[in-house]
Amino acid sequence: MQAPDFIPALRSAVPGVTLLTSREDLLPYGFDGTATLKGKPACAIFPRNTREVSTIIQFAREHRIPVVTRGSGTGLSGGSVPVDRCIVLCLVDMNRILELDTKNLTLMAEPGVLTQRIFDAADAAGLFYPPDPGSMKISTIGGNVAENAGGLRGLKYGVTRNYVMGLEVVLPDGSVVWLGNKCVKDVAGYNLRDLFIGSEGTLGVVTKVLLKLLPKPAARQTLLATYASMDAAAETVSAIIAEKIIPCTLEFLDQRTLRCVEAHASVGLPVEAEALLLIETDGHPDAVADEAARIEAICSRHHAIAVRRAATTEEAVRLATARRSAFSALARMRPTTILEDATVPRSELANMIRFINEAAKRHNVTVATFGHFGDGNLHPTFLTDERDADEMHRVELAMREIFDHTFSLGGTITGEHGVGLAKKAFLPQQLGDASLNLLKAIKRTLDPHGLMNPGKIFDLETPAATGTQSHDA
Amino acid sequence: MTPDPQSKLVKLDYAVLQQCIHCGMCLPTCPTYNETGRERNSPRGRISLMRAIADGELDVTREFGEEMSYCLGCLACVTACPAGVDYATLIETSRAEVERTGVLDKPGRNFIRWFFFRVVFTRPRMLRGLGRLLRFWQRSGAQAWSRKVGLMRLLPRRLRELEPQTPVMCAKFSNALIAPVEKPASGEIRYRVLVLTGCVQDLAFSDVNRATVDVLLANGCEVLTPPTQSCCGSLQIHNGDDDTSRLLARRQLDEVDLSRIDAIISNAGGCGSHLRHYGKLLKDEPKYAERAAEWTRKLRDIHEWLVEIDYRKPRAAPESFGGNVATPLTYQESCHLCHGQKVTRQPREILKSIPGVAYKECAEASWCCGAAGIYSMTQPTTSAWLQERKIGHLGATGARVVASANPGCHLQIQNGFRTRASADPLAEPRVVHPIVLLAEAYAAEKKNSG
Repeated sequence: MQAPDFIPALRSAVPGVTLLTSREDLLPYGFDGTATLKGKPACAIFPRNTREVSTIIQFAREHRIPVVTRGSGTGLSGGSVPVDRCIVLCLVDMNRILELDTKNLTLMAEPGVLTQRIFDAADAAGLFYPPDPGSMKISTIGGNVAENAGGLRGLKYGVTRNYVMGLEVVLPDGSVVWLGNKCVKDVAGYNLRDLFIGSEGTLGVVTKVLLKLLPKPAARQTLLATYASMDAAAETVSAIIAEKIIPCTLEFLDQRTLRCVEAHASVGLPVEAEALLLIETDGHPDAVADEAARIEAICSRHHAIAVRRAATTEEAVRLATARRSAFSALARMRPTTILEDATVPRSELANMIRFINEAAKRHNVTVATFGHFGDGNLHPTFLTDERDADEMHRVELAMREIFDHTFSLGGTITGEHGVGLAKKAFLPQQLGDASLNLLKAIKRTLDPHGLMNPGKIFDLETPAATGTQSHDA
Repeated sequence: MTPDPQSKLVKLDYAVLQQCIHCGMCLPTCPTYNETGRERNSPRGRISLMRAIADGELDVTREFGEEMSYCLGCLACVTACPAGVDYATLIETSRAEVERTGVLDKPGRNFIRWFFFRVVFTRPRMLRGLGRLLRFWQRSGAQAWSRKVGLMRLLPRRLRELEPQTPVMCAKFSNALIAPVEKPASGEIRYRVLVLTGCVQDLAFSDVNRATVDVLLANGCEVLTPPTQSCCGSLQIHNGDDDTSRLLARRQLDEVDLSRIDAIISNAGGCGSHLRHYGKLLKDEPKYAERAAEWTRKLRDIHEWLVEIDYRKPRAAPESFGGNVATPLTYQESCHLCHGQKVTRQPREILKSIPGVAYKECAEASWCCGAAGIYSMTQPTTSAWLQERKIGHLGATGARVVASANPGCHLQIQNGFRTRASADPLAEPRVVHPIVLLAEAYAAEKKNSG
């Protein structure tokens, strides 16, 4: 393959920076964690600091080359899938924790720091960074901010957005801005920091993140409740919330999911159960003991077959780690695994679960469902084969129905994965014209040439190079 | 570009490639990805290249070949992979494809591969002959002399760097230490097992084979040990010579009557991992498929087998502990034992059951030490980086004994400590196979009672 003309100029613009152009080097940057999407970048570049990022962005603007920013490439909506002939701006070499401020309970990190490292650094100082996306062992904090990642602790602790106090951002014109600070309160001007959280790399490049940390909870208790029906599990969740208990984690796995997870992790999950709730409560030891007892009682009242407590911290960690592997473990069933992220108000959970199963039956497709029940955030996962056009068509029909139903319940197409490419087609229906036009107006203002991760979230009327395609295997 | 129908990656069941959903869960456990931070050096990156070849989007290039060689084949990704991707098959197929297309061919490389994979390691007698020559060189003073007068400087740089790593050959190989049939002294025979003596194990660690037989005898096993055994073929299949590997597997099956045997025992992690796959390797060969499947069913790692038959817990501490009632000991996992064979619990259980052991878990115990078959020869830089990392973790445990169950790991760790401890020889812990310690503990019992 002939390298694009601009490569030598780019190389001399940022001397010493790793710049990959060979086919063997680039094919592995053609995708992220999302099924069936890939693109062909012109090059991949690995800046080491903000100045280099800024230079690359200015270069791209001068030469009108699209830029797709990425970290570890574990996203689940195609947010970091490259568009054809773009520059992949990979930030994994910007991987230093710059400061841990134990007086203000903040941590400053470069975007390429792994989420797990942030958790560990906080933990070692007796502090706590709650957001724990399934891929936290390898996902980067920059990617978490870009997609506003969630995790298993969203119910009590919220998502990445709730922990971002400040951001350094390189704007599409190459200028560098600081948004936010270490102050607990700050109402000076528009809250532009929040604009960049979850913007999926379409507005700029995050080059530093200032994170809020919490004191580490003194105690935690994990419970496993098994059910003979999904309905009973869903009702238990509603009952726990209605009794004004907010556990840290309230996770659901259906039988298919729990069998796949057990096949991978062998942590002793009850594979005969129809449904399983993984519940964790944390905080003051007395409060934890009290909440755990009340949750146990509620589970039993709602027809749990069994309720088991994790005996040790290690067992609790093993269970949570196993749960985090759910999506990938489901890939054991069929060649292609398409993960959705529909989220509904919590009172509608049982309704939504029933609808998903009916829709799957109606279209003769296989769906496994797991998710953050406490947040109303479901991950119905289609187990299919991308080579079977007929089956893929049926999957699309079922997906469309599920999204329509989500909207009718006041829900959203994505609770934590972002829109990216995978959910782009459904966004107009959710937002409506006025909101969507506001999004586009912001995009045009900040990125008039449409070079930052073009074609993600929505298409502008004059799309730039949006060469990413669904690939036919 | 259309896929090449002759390509081994095209012929491979596409579902094996498709199994990877590129979620990235393998990345943090992959040593080469940790070294470079580049996707192509990761399992999912490599799989994307393999798939591109199968899809006809990429030719087998020299760069592809080098990437396949850069992979350690440690299979840490297999343990990490929630989706159950069969990476072992993928990397073996890819390396075979690299050899088929010849993208890495060079006269010197081709000769060395041919000489070792196809000549020496398919002829057990020739291998032992070479072992004897090497021992003569090491023991006659010739080696010491040539090192002293700087003769080694005449060697090409690569060989010169490798020379100090050469394992010390045993005075007696397994056939001189073990009778073809040995029966338990108690007279009671609970099981009849076959012991595989390996190649490097046979030449450099025949004591491990003797110890294996001893502990089996102590646990009521009648032990059959053919004096001359074929190489298992793991060396070949891990390096792209699948044809020779199949030839050797067939030869193994021809040499044994499986019906009389309860279990086939391997004591080397790397060999065992491959030996377990005979069923899959020969599944399309009508004459062998059934026997190969039986072989796979009966194949056991020694630790796994001992725990399975509820081995007798030793009552005395090994004499080598010198009366220390709490000898700090750690266990370094062989990749192909823990990731390839999923045997992790049993060696620890056995070590902890030995009186006098104060067991210390080591950080990154399941990380590759960099030995990885012939990796230390083909990729010396990465191998040395991993060796240093490993020695650091092992040293931090304060262990006086490091137990490991694979000859490659054994040598790599021993060499690593030796390089480091040259200033202070006392700082060098003993590296030993867990089964040797168990055998020593059993032997100490007899001494105590006798």
